[in-house]
Amino acid sequence: MKILVCISCVPETTSKINFVENDTQFDKNGIKFIINPNDEFGLTRAMWIKEKDNSSIDVINVGLEDSDPILRKTLAIGADKAIRINSNPRDSFQVAKLIADHISKNNYDLIIAGRESIDFNGNMVPGIISELIGINFVTNCVGLEIDGKKIKAKREIEGGTETLSCNLPVIIGGQKGLVEESDLKIPNMRGIMQARQKPLEVIEVDENNLKTETVKFYKPQEKGEIKMISSENLDELINLLHKEAKVI
Amino acid sequence: MSVLVYIESKNSKPKKNSAEIISYGRGLADMLSSELIILSFNIENTDDLSNYGPDKILNIQNDELIRFNVKKYVDVITQVCSSLSVNHIVVGGSADSKYLAPPLSVKTDSSYISNVVGLPTTLDPFKLKRSTYSNKAFSDVIINNSKKIIGIYNNSFGTVEKKSNPELISFDVKVPDSLLNTDSVEYGSGNISIADADIVVSAGRGLKGPENWNIIEDLAKTLGAATACSKPVSDMGWRPHGEHVGQTGKPVATKLYIAIGISGAIQHLAGVSSSKVKVVINSDPEAPFFKAADYGIVGDAFDIIPRLNEKLKAFKASSN
Ligand SMILES: Cc1cc2nc3c(=O)[nH]c(=O)nc-3n(C[C@H](O)[C@H](O)[C@H](O)COP(=O)(O)OP(=O)(O)OC[C@H]3O[C@@H](n4cnc5c(N)ncnc54)[C@H](O)[C@@H]3O)c2cc1C
Ligand SMILES: Nc1ncnc2c1ncn2[C@@H]1O[C@H](COP(=O)(O)O)[C@@H](O)[C@H]1O
Repeated sequence: MKILVCISCVPETTSKINFVENDTQFDKNGIKFIINPNDEFGLTRAMWIKEKDNSSIDVINVGLEDSDPILRKTLAIGADKAIRINSNPRDSFQVAKLIADHISKNNYDLIIAGRESIDFNGNMVPGIISELIGINFVTNCVGLEIDGKKIKAKREIEGGTETLSCNLPVIIGGQKGLVEESDLKIPNMRGIMQARQKPLEVIEVDENNLKTETVKFYKPQEKGEIKMISSENLDELINLLHKEAKVI
Repeated sequence: MSVLVYIESKNSKPKKNSAEIISYGRGLADMLSSELIILSFNIENTDDLSNYGPDKILNIQNDELIRFNVKKYVDVITQVCSSLSVNHIVVGGSADSKYLAPPLSVKTDSSYISNVVGLPTTLDPFKLKRSTYSNKAFSDVIINNSKKIIGIYNNSFGTVEKKSNPELISFDVKVPDSLLNTDSVEYGSGNISIADADIVVSAGRGLKGPENWNIIEDLAKTLGAATACSKPVSDMGWRPHGEHVGQTGKPVATKLYIAIGISGAIQHLAGVSSSKVKVVINSDPEAPFFKAADYGIVGDAFDIIPRLNEKLKAFKASSN
């Protein structure tokens, strides 16, 4: 099988978020970048398929040079080839269109993206790709079984899960559950050595017109003072929640 | 040109977040001086929907649309939008709406922005504020497309009552076949889902083990709340995955969030910071969560929670 895993390169989860240039740009200074957590689950799931049937795994990222260390890491984990579309990701449609164009030229059976990136939080890229290339799409995916040309996917819904089935090709929006946290593959020495020999292809594209444009960032307002209540005076908490906060 | 709000139903009734979505749609339609159309599927009684100011209601009754299917829903909504010349679609932040909005944007040639927290701040350019960086920041985004889909962040706008006398319209849809089949659906034991809840009672590793969750469930039951947990708790299998909240789990944007035995790691806080009021109960006065909370109690959960539950039961009984 031919698998493509979409990799978004995001600030490490504990990062303090700051902005520069009049609050128009994210401040990359001192930020460590990681594989988007939802994509990391997807990559490990793809590795399981590869271990079983010798599938090939390509990973793709739309980004600038600073994504390369992350792509090298995916190669060290076990992907066969990395593709970076050299464009600053500024809009979900732009990213999805560039990935969709690559998919159209390369006939993948299975495409795994994440449900959501933890920086843009769009929940958008895989769904847009699915409609651009006209293939089935399952997001919030917490389980994936493949049987020949058919898949069964579990999707988290409000209050439960739903099991869906369809034929390949399909695009998945993955999340925790696709594999467990403890299953996540980490690069070993051999993988890191091998990764140096593996291809990291950079594709140049023309800057396209963006339909949406982020023009300014804000940080949330600082929290007001906390009110501490004695554990011996729980009535006061109830009273405050009822009369002051009006939430019960 | 019209504004269309798509609202979801559950057991033939509008879902709770419908009121907020329609209110937002009304606000937007007023700004644009356009009419507001509500689109829903298979709702038994649409009377309550007129409390938030729609001009028209299109409630499609069709057996093929009872269960959510992304392909069928996207196709049908597209048919409606092109025949009613809709150029602004408003959807909520539920899992199903977030699932259908991206393909819908391609099919209708619209640009979609998710996690929107308010009405446009300017119309020309069309500028919206959205939550980003896992609730650690907001951004202003401009849409340069006459057709737009706005996905609103749950509980960020609120509801505005405005009684109207909507015209009930009808429309013949052709539901396409879908090659994506739903084989089965299982609902968990939790009575209220986090997305539907006004109050969430959440607990962390401080609870020591899954056998102690009865005190959390009892408290949630008294408050009519959903239960949630921190990531390690679901990683260890003490609680189901669906309860994990935070940056890498579900976001929580409720009126009241009660965190019990949760330290308040930055990844946890990111996912719950848009809840209006936060109460923290923790035995460690230095727990970082206290810095992000509105009300705090230092103490042992095993002592406090059962007592709090009894007092809340009495409070509920007396206020009814
Ligand atoms: C990539 C990544 C992503 C992550 N994403 C998330 C996420 O989305 N959501 C998330 O929650 N975490 C996330 N985490 C984990 C996060 O960093 C913390 O480890 C986690 O939130 C801690 O969970 P906790 O507060 O339950 O446990 P702990 O940090 O162990 O805290 C337990 C708390 O309970 C208190 N306590 C102990 N006994 C009692 C008692 N008897 N009564 C009252 N209080 C008591 C303690 O004082 C302590 O504050 C992520 C981590 C990583 C690396
Ligand atoms: N710049 C990017 N390059 C490659 N994949 C991406 C990029 N941005 C987003 N994705 C994929 O799309 C998923 C959802 O991202 P988003 O729509 O931003 O929430 C991510 O988990 C990735 O799998």
